[in-house]
Amino acid sequence: MAGEKTVDTTGLLGWIDKRFPLSTMVKEHMSEYYAPKNFNFWYFFGSLAMLVLVIQIVTGIFLVMNYKPDAKLAFESVEYIMREVPWGWLIRYMHSTGASMFFVVVYLHMLRGLFYGSYRKPRELVWIFGVAIFLSLMGEAFFGYLLPWGQMSYWGAQVIVNLFSAIPFIGPDLAIWIRGDYVVSDATLNRFFAFHVIAIPLVILGLVVAHIIALHEVGSNNPDGVEIKQGPKDRYGRPVDGIPFHPYYTVHDIMGVAGFLIVFAAIIFFAPEMGGYFLEYNNFIPADPLKTPPHIAPVWYFTPFYSMLRATTADFTLVLAGAAVLAAIALFFKGNLKGIWRVAVPVILLLVAVLLRTIDAKFWGVVAMGGAVVILFFLPWLDHSPVKSIRYRPGWHKFLYAIFIINFLVLGFLGTQAPNPTYNLMSQIGTLIYLGFFLLMPVWSRLGTFKQVPDRVTFHAH
Amino acid sequence: MLTKATNTLRNDLTMMIKKLLSVVALSLTCTVALAAGGGHKLDTAPDRINDMASLQNGAKLFVNYCLGCHSANSMRYNKLTEIGLTDEMIQKNLLFTGEKVGDLMHIAMKPEDAKRWFGTAPPDLSVIARAKSENMGHSGVDYVYTLMRSFYRDTTKASGWDNLVFPSIAMPNILWELQGPRAMERTVVHEVEQADGSMQWERIVSKYDADGFSEIKAEPLKDYEGSAVDKALLSSPDPRQIAQFDNDVADLANFLGWMAEPMQLQRKQLGVWVLLFLGLFLVVAWRLNASYWKHVK
Repeated sequence: MAGEKTVDTTGLLGWIDKRFPLSTMVKEHMSEYYAPKNFNFWYFFGSLAMLVLVIQIVTGIFLVMNYKPDAKLAFESVEYIMREVPWGWLIRYMHSTGASMFFVVVYLHMLRGLFYGSYRKPRELVWIFGVAIFLSLMGEAFFGYLLPWGQMSYWGAQVIVNLFSAIPFIGPDLAIWIRGDYVVSDATLNRFFAFHVIAIPLVILGLVVAHIIALHEVGSNNPDGVEIKQGPKDRYGRPVDGIPFHPYYTVHDIMGVAGFLIVFAAIIFFAPEMGGYFLEYNNFIPADPLKTPPHIAPVWYFTPFYSMLRATTADFTLVLAGAAVLAAIALFFKGNLKGIWRVAVPVILLLVAVLLRTIDAKFWGVVAMGGAVVILFFLPWLDHSPVKSIRYRPGWHKFLYAIFIINFLVLGFLGTQAPNPTYNLMSQIGTLIYLGFFLLMPVWSRLGTFKQVPDRVTFHAH
Repeated sequence: MLTKATNTLRNDLTMMIKKLLSVVALSLTCTVALAAGGGHKLDTAPDRINDMASLQNGAKLFVNYCLGCHSANSMRYNKLTEIGLTDEMIQKNLLFTGEKVGDLMHIAMKPEDAKRWFGTAPPDLSVIARAKSENMGHSGVDYVYTLMRSFYRDTTKASGWDNLVFPSIAMPNILWELQGPRAMERTVVHEVEQADGSMQWERIVSKYDADGFSEIKAEPLKDYEGSAVDKALLSSPDPRQIAQFDNDVADLANFLGWMAEPMQLQRKQLGVWVLLFLGLFLVVAWRLNASYWKHVK
């Protein structure tokens, strides 16, 4: 027939392939997508993040069938799911454990990228889409956390929305606009429900597709940071160090899924509250707008950033202003900025230093917290090291990474605790370490003696 | 109502006399340490979550003593069939005011009235055992177990009772008949700032007898070499009664723990099978992966 495409496939598949590029897509993304064959343990977390996303969407659909987004009914409807809905308790625990495990998996996935330089050229967009997913995930978790309508749900949302009121001029009105009321109320619950079940999941799905398309365009990085496309090829033009994603990495990832599900099930069936960190005990008390809990802490996955928010006191802005002035001087005299930038950047920094001491510290706390996430977008341009992988970096770089990880965990712990002067000082130091790690990266990442990167990936047959 | 109150008063008086006559050496005492800042160290409740007789006794105590003022709005009466009761038993022993076995454990008292009478509305108890748990610490069951065993008479309080775990609690000691008379002696050693700015150690001993009359003595301590002390000693004249009481409170706390998550027994049983399956699945996945990868050079 005129205009019909010629395809290799026959039968039903042939019929489809003439109308939709099914075989081509399967080949492009699965059976003829060549991934480096030296993937290690750290490479499980990408597929696991997809698995958890699917778990969250499927369990979420069943929860929505029985949940009531109404301030009067929400709390009891969750208990109704736990007690009266057949298998409701399992669905709910899968969803609540899935939320925390999503962050566990995503943090490890991002750490993998950090270790092996997976954000470096040509994978900048893969990384940027990834950070956007992380940011959306934080929004998704925040909106979802209000839904059980417990004390922590309510006051956590109250505290976070109040942060927006710290923005000069528009802040207070902005906070009211977000809540739809003067306090967190039924109106807030309804809109957060809409964001949690429709808006943000759509955004996340779109970004995940973009993340994977970008990845398959440039090809996966690997623990050696070697480009397999630039390595030797066989007579069909396929990279010798690559291996078809399907079946080799599909069977490999199934093994990762099995291991993950063991941990996941152990939590669901034997410690669904995870000692009060996955399901906070205070959240078993219905929301009471008249009773502020003595200690409000966000869920564990937000606490590192929450620590940075609390660390930014009026005294601390003095330290930050000092750092900005030093940076301005260093950039002007020692930096290699070109043309107008040589003057403009130091001037902007000096202006920031002045504003740090004039605008309320609460606002800068919000900036520090937001900046801690936003700075990740710039990682591809902050890292100037001549090698991608940590394997070929100087020993003391590994030490810096270790400090960064420990610091992040300590900040996370501090965020769960009630504030006291010692802890506050610790979070201030932690904030400086976190920000310093990234902001000084253009300097430290190129220093030291780097090891020779091999031409081929390091692979030992199993 | 009135006769009950008179009886109560008479019982109280008899108990008081008995107590005065009882030999001090016979009294059962328990010391509880108080953490700095008045927080009370919780006892660990016995683990009876798999003991159906204990859960049934707890359910009986709960319906009889707690459900008058506290609701359990998420709990259905016939959910108690899961701890071995039958619909007939529930109907006969636990339903008093025309509820049906399929009803939720609502109460007639309105929150506004409760607020007027007690100063605060009694919280719903459906998930109270989970709400009162501490992060990586004592469970809410431990909390209830200790709370209900820490009441002492204090005539200065509106209800006539005070509590070591929850100072100035609005709730009266509803289980007082089961508990019997109880006296409390509390010793606090702390530093007090003097007029000249120096610090001076002071010991305060507060004794509350079984009728709630207190005797509080404060004395300065010279040359005290030690740290701050906050100790409370609850004592009862009848060790057998108090042992029985502790046992009943353990059952009640156990029941509240069960009610906070009635599917917890089923959850753990199912979990074992799920993990066994996943263990097997991991072995299969591992061998499958190995068989694919053995040819990769």
